[in-house]
Amino acid sequence: MAKITYIDCEGTERVVEAQNGETVMEAAIKNSIPGIDADCGGACACATCHVYVDQGFMDKVGEQEEMEKSMLDFAENVQENSRLSCQITVSEDLDGLKVTTPESQH
Amino acid sequence: MDLTDAKRIVVIGGGQAAAQAIQSLRMGGYAGELTLVGEEPALPYQRPPLSKAYMKGEFAEERLYFKPAAWYADNKVELVLSTRATAINRTDRKVELEHGGHLDYDALILATGSRPRALPIEGADLEHVYALRGLADVERIRPQMVAGRSILIVGAGYIGLEAAAVAQQMGLKTTVLEMAPRVLARVTSPVMSEFYETEHRRQGVDIRTITSLSKLEGKDGAVTAAVLSDGTKLDADIVLVGIGILPNEELAKDAGIACNNGILVDRDARTSDPRVFAAGDCASRPLVHFGRAGRLESVHNAIEQGKLAAAAILGKPRPNEDCPWFWSDQYDLKLQIAGLSAGYDQIVVRGSPEDRKFAAFYLKNGTLIAVDAINSPPEFLASKKLIMSGAKLSADILADTSISMKEIATNAVAA
Repeated sequence: MAKITYIDCEGTERVVEAQNGETVMEAAIKNSIPGIDADCGGACACATCHVYVDQGFMDKVGEQEEMEKSMLDFAENVQENSRLSCQITVSEDLDGLKVTTPESQH
Repeated sequence: MDLTDAKRIVVIGGGQAAAQAIQSLRMGGYAGELTLVGEEPALPYQRPPLSKAYMKGEFAEERLYFKPAAWYADNKVELVLSTRATAINRTDRKVELEHGGHLDYDALILATGSRPRALPIEGADLEHVYALRGLADVERIRPQMVAGRSILIVGAGYIGLEAAAVAQQMGLKTTVLEMAPRVLARVTSPVMSEFYETEHRRQGVDIRTITSLSKLEGKDGAVTAAVLSDGTKLDADIVLVGIGILPNEELAKDAGIACNNGILVDRDARTSDPRVFAAGDCASRPLVHFGRAGRLESVHNAIEQGKLAAAAILGKPRPNEDCPWFWSDQYDLKLQIAGLSAGYDQIVVRGSPEDRKFAAFYLKNGTLIAVDAINSPPEFLASKKLIMSGAKLSADILADTSISMKEIATNAVAA
């Protein structure tokens, strides 16, 4: 279990208890976090679950695979800490994680 | 018709379009009664993984659910599951339910989906002959998917080929039959068909085109063999039929709502009855960017129409009608499709199929109408924008991998 904070583009924070093994995207969808669409349901096919990962957690969220890198390369407003939240799996290590959602996923 | 004073909304269906419509209604501020009627016992769930990761047994059923049970309670959505809606009485605005009783509505959303086309041959009713559409199908098929057994897949569309990839990876002896001269003949170009045929054969799948099934033979009620149109007899422990789907339009048709290979809707997902909407596989909609109407069998379409119906009921501005898109996972190949390729007059290939990373662009009069992108997200994502822009594109530039897709998209849209 890990507490994850989702911050929307206006700065509003929402805290969620995420289960180990689910993804940061799934935890958001289950809890109706606005700002994450996840149209493809986690297949790394749509790039609509883009988040900015808190700098302190960049080494804990794991490496990007080639497909994700390539998808993000084409998303809007990509930053160094951009990730697709469907590709980040929750574990105890991520307790306290903060992610910010972009203004738009399209 | 203004439905902003609707106090009772009924959604029939338990898939992507139904789930989206319900979410959009609640997120959009609808506070009245909201009821979902679904035939299946499960909470509304995602279907795409059924022929992919879920079929392999890679994750639990709960992960298919759009929302956990608590969400429906928290959002005051009444779930009437394991229940078929049997009729719509439009005069009294009632939906009749199979176990008796009815639901009153001010607005009704039909998200009834589709069903697999049945195989009209002798032996189709034997045990271990399956279609793949719902969770219950996977529950039946999965225990039979044992390494070393023979599986015969009838139909080389996306479902058939995805299932073939899963079966092959699970160690089954996998054969795919296709009536047409090539796989995916109905949905894509010869370039892509050849690529997938080569790939599946390389993986060990026996693909037989221009071949159909004549009959199935069985022992003790279960299938054991298949007789093909060329007279060949094949052992078969499992038969999986994936020869297309039919829209579930009968409920609408019987109620006098206009249908024609799908429930006919306008750009707001509204049927010929202004209080009734249809979304997803069951609906035939205007494809505004392609100048025609049609039915799309995809997640994106279900999501978009769910949103359109909700917005129309709530009197909100019409959401964007975006470029249609699709995906298919087979082995380590991710196919991403944008647009609709029917009617193309030119194909441009960027990259090389041998590298298992390439894209086929489809143009009509010099304008991009679709792309099939294999392990190539930039080609897919750029094309979604390019298709919508209607910009003229040169084949030479599209094929030139030294020019990035970003650059191509920026320059084309600017022009």
